[in-house]
Amino acid sequence: MSGKPYIREISKTTWFLSQPRYKRYMAREVTCIFIFAYTFLLIVALARLAQGPEAFQEFLNALRSPLGVLFNVAVLIATVYHSMSWFNVTPQAMPIQRGEEFVPGKIIVGAHYGAWAVVSLIILILGV
Amino acid sequence: MSELQKRQIQLEVLRYNPETDTAPRYQTYSVPCLDEWVVLDALNYVKDHLDPTLSYRWSCHMAVCGSCGMMVNGEPKLACKAFIHEYADQIKVEPMANFPIERDLVTSVEDFITKLASVKPYLIPKEDKPISAGEFKQTPAELKKFKQYTLCINCMLCYAACPQYGLVPEFLGPAAISMAHRYNQDSRDGGRDQRQEVVASNEGVWECSFVGACSEVCPKHVDPAGALQQVKVASTIDWYKEHLMPWVTK
Repeated sequence: MSGKPYIREISKTTWFLSQPRYKRYMAREVTCIFIFAYTFLLIVALARLAQGPEAFQEFLNALRSPLGVLFNVAVLIATVYHSMSWFNVTPQAMPIQRGEEFVPGKIIVGAHYGAWAVVSLIILILGV
Repeated sequence: MSELQKRQIQLEVLRYNPETDTAPRYQTYSVPCLDEWVVLDALNYVKDHLDPTLSYRWSCHMAVCGSCGMMVNGEPKLACKAFIHEYADQIKVEPMANFPIERDLVTSVEDFITKLASVKPYLIPKEDKPISAGEFKQTPAELKKFKQYTLCINCMLCYAACPQYGLVPEFLGPAAISMAHRYNQDSRDGGRDQRQEVVASNEGVWECSFVGACSEVCPKHVDPAGALQQVKVASTIDWYKEHLMPWVTK
């Protein structure tokens, strides 16, 4: 190394704005906040349920309000994006080798989407 | 040369002379390029005809040696693999991001070399055997398990792409961990425990947040991001085995 190498500083707060791929990464990370918020909502639901039927009905009414619906739609969009962004990288993290070949990535990704569809269907049937 | 199509390219190069400059500055060269050229050809033209003081590394001109890594329009690229016809008439060339600039497009790579050596990137046989006992045999399936990682040419583009390395310079980084994974996956190797001390540390694989940029820019399709996630899975299994099933040896 020479006596005076030049070090380029990186902004700790705005670094992800420099590349589209960094923005995509941040979108994946930020959408998990919505999942956290929804988990918190489920805990609130349990607390309201413990307070009795009237309290729980109040909670359900609040969910049906425009703000409640808006929140649910926002969470759904964020969750779908978050899940898809992870499903799409599963072949990298979990490669499956059969004999001399690796199972094609789209089969591994497809299996995740398939499992998601099955679980969603079961929940839908149980819920109705 | 006249039969081939020529284009006048404005090559904007980030320059830095440690003896006279306090900060890097851009210098633009007007280069008559052939469409078949790569950015490295344009730099060689500058060096040969316009400005012999321009410094940059290169050797093979065929994406094998890994010397000519640089930022081309902000993207980590091998200059020998960045074709002029894929760019507009103005091309910005800068030294690899996340590395200290030594001079012009030459970066200081000691940090990477030290990190690469720290993961013991060589075969550590499970047991010593005399040469007379013959070679260590391997099936094609066993070879396939790690072959893609052997394609790494140590060009460091993955480090230039990794924001985590930029923000936390202690991070062991994509190529070094991929190389550890390459040997860990090798059926002839028994050195994983030795490598894990470095690889599974806080500055090792756990510094990776799976941005995935390393794999997107890798010119040899090594997929370092994939290797790192596999190392995380294996290290997590180690932890559970150690804490929940201490009677099971790794």
